[in-house]
Amino acid sequence: MQIVSEVREPLVIGGKTIKDVTNDISRPIEAAPPRDWFAAMFVSVLLLGTGGYFLGDMLWNGIGRWGLNKTVQWAWDITNFVWWVGIGHAGTLISAVLLLFRQKWRTSINRAAEAMTIFAVICAAFWPVVHMGRPWLVYWPLPLPNTYGSLWVNFNSPLLWDVFAISTYFSVSLVFWYIGLIPDFATIRDRATTKWPKLMYGLLSFGWTGGARTWMHYESVSLILAGLSTPLVLSVHTIVSFDFATSVIPGWHTTIFPPYFVAGAIFSGFAMVLTLMLVTRKVYRLESYITMEHIEMMNIIIIVTGSIVGIAYTTEFFIAWYSGVEYEQYAFINRATGPYWWSYWAMMTCNVISPQLFWFKPIRTSLVWTFVLSIVVNIGMWFERFVIIVTSLHRDYLPSSWAYFTPTMWDIMCYAFTFGLFFTLFFMFAKFFPVINMAEVKAVLKESSSKNYRARRTITEEPLPPLTVPVVEEKTAH
Amino acid sequence: MEKNKHFLVGIFGDQDDLLHGVEHIRHAGVKIHEAYTPFPVHGLEHALGYTRSWMPRAAFVFGFLGICSAITMQTWMMGIDWPMIIGGKSYVAVPDFVPVSFEMTVLFAAFGMVGTFLVTNDLKPYGVPRIFDIRSTDDKHVVAIDLANNTLSEEQIAQVLKEAHVEEYYRKDFTDEENEGGFWKYVVDLFTNGVTRSSRIANHR
Repeated sequence: MQIVSEVREPLVIGGKTIKDVTNDISRPIEAAPPRDWFAAMFVSVLLLGTGGYFLGDMLWNGIGRWGLNKTVQWAWDITNFVWWVGIGHAGTLISAVLLLFRQKWRTSINRAAEAMTIFAVICAAFWPVVHMGRPWLVYWPLPLPNTYGSLWVNFNSPLLWDVFAISTYFSVSLVFWYIGLIPDFATIRDRATTKWPKLMYGLLSFGWTGGARTWMHYESVSLILAGLSTPLVLSVHTIVSFDFATSVIPGWHTTIFPPYFVAGAIFSGFAMVLTLMLVTRKVYRLESYITMEHIEMMNIIIIVTGSIVGIAYTTEFFIAWYSGVEYEQYAFINRATGPYWWSYWAMMTCNVISPQLFWFKPIRTSLVWTFVLSIVVNIGMWFERFVIIVTSLHRDYLPSSWAYFTPTMWDIMCYAFTFGLFFTLFFMFAKFFPVINMAEVKAVLKESSSKNYRARRTITEEPLPPLTVPVVEEKTAH
Repeated sequence: MEKNKHFLVGIFGDQDDLLHGVEHIRHAGVKIHEAYTPFPVHGLEHALGYTRSWMPRAAFVFGFLGICSAITMQTWMMGIDWPMIIGGKSYVAVPDFVPVSFEMTVLFAAFGMVGTFLVTNDLKPYGVPRIFDIRSTDDKHVVAIDLANNTLSEEQIAQVLKEAHVEEYYRKDFTDEENEGGFWKYVVDLFTNGVTRSSRIANHR
């Protein structure tokens, strides 16, 4: 018998039945989109279009359009790459790690968080491709036979590990997300009353019927995928941090990078999940499913990961001093007091100081505070990557080559393009796909809805009435 | 394989009623064709007497294949086919091969297992499901009993279903067309007759 902890709030409030879950989640898909949706979509497509113009111009003329110079050869491109990959991590964390830990509160947020993962990883993968300068040669990092003999790719290079890590992460996340969507697509298919939705959701649902045998395999597949995704998500940001940590640049060459990057990724990812979920919850009136309890749980994760990131910043500084390496020491002093001091302190304020406000219950249960702080955290995490990349590069070993990086319009607009792409994809998802995993919410509904939570009665096994037909022994197992 | 046509369908509204009901039906000696539920009901596979899912084994086999191919590929490319001196490292620098080997293990295991899952459960984009009751993807649990596969008469099975506390039960007959309806037939039917006709295979009673 399942014992529900007394101290926990119910996961779904408002006395919803299973039928209500189907109706509440399917209705926005079947109805015409609200006016807010068109407004949001208009802004996203506008961003995509104007950003796309600058992107096209940059691709035509080359990455000289960006503000890079001979000293700072990596700037916004890799900053944005790491930032978007980091955001992606929360989706996998919610769906995989929380599944392994049997955290049932994940059920109403995992679908949207996984969608966010996929769109964020698309935006992330965009950056290494365009920063190559010749994106039509994107297949060169793949171990393909070629006319040079074959000259193979270098498996000693962390940049190549990253190619494998990001592509595996993207494809496994996509499969995990899609497998979870199949039963919900079947629900929408069976509700459809017109032929096009019937056909499209029929194709998407792969002929799902919900047979007990299929569910049994499905549960097993979900669990194994969660088990595979958990080390995968940790490995991805570890390998992203190797891009820096395996080099010999002061400020990059540190062993703390893998755990520090992973914590930062979860931190920024949860902030982005909160930003998106607060808006989705409001627009689709999902207050019964994404409750204050969910928001508070996510805010608690933000305090934990934000504090880990804060400890990492301090440790880096301490180790730079303790190592006795003057180049390392200079890199850190320069971060805090050099020409980019403002970005360092923006990072410190947004990432370390502001999340500490969530220690106060009125703040972490306030929608306005949560929304504002979630954006602040994402700004801070962008600055973290900027600080690591640009401030470590701009003053290298040779003072004559010291330089200052200033972004150009193309830097800014290519970044805006990825926002346009991300939000266009997310709003398309919110319109055409079920934003909450119906099957999983239904599965936890009985034991954790407000009605049963309050009643808190044990299900007694009533004796079945005596048989009136002769018992036949089963000859073969079904 | 020819699909049977005549079924008795029992509907349950609650997952615990379903579990007890399934136990009762099987105890009475009635063979259940399959139970259809809108969400995974824990313990249902035990109640139906299914053996554990073998998907973890598929994942292991494909994962093993992945790590073997990754190590072979890297060793062959870096150590045999075109050895290169990179920073004085040995040609086969095993620690450097760990990240790619790990990623390929996960990739093969995930895709292999999901592929196995889709194939063994006959899930494909052009699949036309044979639905007993359309509410089984919404809020009802459906138990289908194949009449040809049971020795008890229809009336006896109906009695068992009643004793298992079904909300309702009815007889469901599939035509040959519904049993062997191909995808194109389904699409043509959908576009000529609309959703309310046979494309909506099991109409809500």
